[in-house]
Amino acid sequence: MSIGAADVRAWIGAYADTIAEHRVELVRLDTAIGDGDHGTNMQRGMNAAVEKLEATEGDDIGALLKAVGMALVSKVGGAAGPLYGTLFLQMGMATTGRSELDLAGWGAALEAGVKGVQSRGKAEPEDKTMIDALLPALDALRAAEADGASLGDALRRSADAAEAGMKATIPLEARKGRASYLGPRSVGHQDPGATSSQLLLAEAAKTFG
Amino acid sequence: MKKLINDPDAVVREALEGIEAAHGDKVRVIHDPAVIVRADAPVQGKVGIISGGGSGHEPMHGGFVGVGMLDAACPGEVFTSPTPDQMLEATKAVDGGAGVLHIVKNYTGDVLNFEMAADLAKGEGIDVEAVVTNDDVAVQDSLYTAGRRGVGITVIAEKICGAAAEEGKPLAEVAELCRKVNGQGRSMGMALTPCVTPGSGEPSFELAEDEMEIGIGIHGEPGRYREKLGSAAEVVERLATAIVEDLPYESGDRVLAFVNGMGGTPLIELYVVYRELHRLLEGRGITIERKLIGDYITSLEMAGCSITLLKLDDELVRLWDAPVDTPALRWG
Repeated sequence: MSIGAADVRAWIGAYADTIAEHRVELVRLDTAIGDGDHGTNMQRGMNAAVEKLEATEGDDIGALLKAVGMALVSKVGGAAGPLYGTLFLQMGMATTGRSELDLAGWGAALEAGVKGVQSRGKAEPEDKTMIDALLPALDALRAAEADGASLGDALRRSADAAEAGMKATIPLEARKGRASYLGPRSVGHQDPGATSSQLLLAEAAKTFG
Repeated sequence: MKKLINDPDAVVREALEGIEAAHGDKVRVIHDPAVIVRADAPVQGKVGIISGGGSGHEPMHGGFVGVGMLDAACPGEVFTSPTPDQMLEATKAVDGGAGVLHIVKNYTGDVLNFEMAADLAKGEGIDVEAVVTNDDVAVQDSLYTAGRRGVGITVIAEKICGAAAEEGKPLAEVAELCRKVNGQGRSMGMALTPCVTPGSGEPSFELAEDEMEIGIGIHGEPGRYREKLGSAAEVVERLATAIVEDLPYESGDRVLAFVNGMGGTPLIELYVVYRELHRLLEGRGITIERKLIGDYITSLEMAGCSITLLKLDDELVRLWDAPVDTPALRWG
């Protein structure tokens, strides 16, 4: 089993749909500890990404992911624009010229993306950010790969780890981004960025698995 | 919540069209990507100054584009940082060969997007310096946060740096001046009510009738502390003491005092605030030598105010007094 260009297109489309479905929830989470625009911004960005993909021909997965990244950089704004933009741009760089990805190829792409997010946003684990969903997902994927798991199995373990990481942001005190200004008042709320990241990996498991 | 709009998704674009229609003598508006540019940009040989941020803080920043202040402003969606393609367009539009200064408020989104834009502009051979403002004393433990937010001093830095650029000062000097203004400025804000973004339609936080938020930012985010509503004298005591003791401002200092409305507080109340601030500073031997009172860096219809102080010297007074001709600030 592998991931083809059509699968990547389907994943981005499914993620745009799920962001639209979860817009209100993301806005609610962001209103609690941020400024309440995360769901709206991500929806605008993903709509632009879907449009851009429709206008991008061919089966170069790298080109598709870079197109998504550029759409997000220019349409999302806030911190999420550069961070999600960087995630997809770096994943695109790591998959340039590839029309098919196996588990190792997907792992390399995800690793490049997550490292890009870390270097752009300078967040550490437990700062209560999207890194708290992305990093455990990457680690779980690598561990599953080492265990000789199938692609589908590895993607599910990765998505499960993202979900656990997302939930683990609830008791954390934010140290990055706008939520950090609340200090202890940020405790008890799930991080909206970790939530949208978990949704992304859950859709990957559903679409590619 | 009632709003005087046509379509929640079109607010930013329609407001830009209004600015274009009203102030076409001073600015021109590029719509895709959205940038407000000084009408005669680029001015050859002059350092270009751009800023930007989420919409909803009007007149900041678009109202400060014009002679003696900003060369361009990038408006984002409401309370959302603008994007690197806007900042790159603005940088290119104002580069008169002497380089471009980016004045960036310290908010994670603004900083990340301006960093990406500066990389892109440098890639096109434009000399860019960025100065991040961070004057908000409400954020104390900056080691464990994204750092102090950039608020009221940003308006003052844009005015003073705009005057210096107009005098022909080179990029390095204008940037250094911006860092000096930021370093000698401190602010703190408070809210009586939350605000409602057109996109969400919901209050940005809940606040009881008898409560106030101390230490708010400018994006409708809650503050650091919630307290029982106090008098103007008590509020000013709280804000000004935190500001004065932070720098600190000392007896004999000359300052610019900026009493800013958050959008939903009438001028009469801002003057009551100014009265209290004037008395408090006088009592500490600090002289208000210049002042600015009104709605300049707002948070939609939020009721409340912020106070900003800037420690002055002769050079800063001269640059503050220099002529400025923008939609929102005009003298000389």
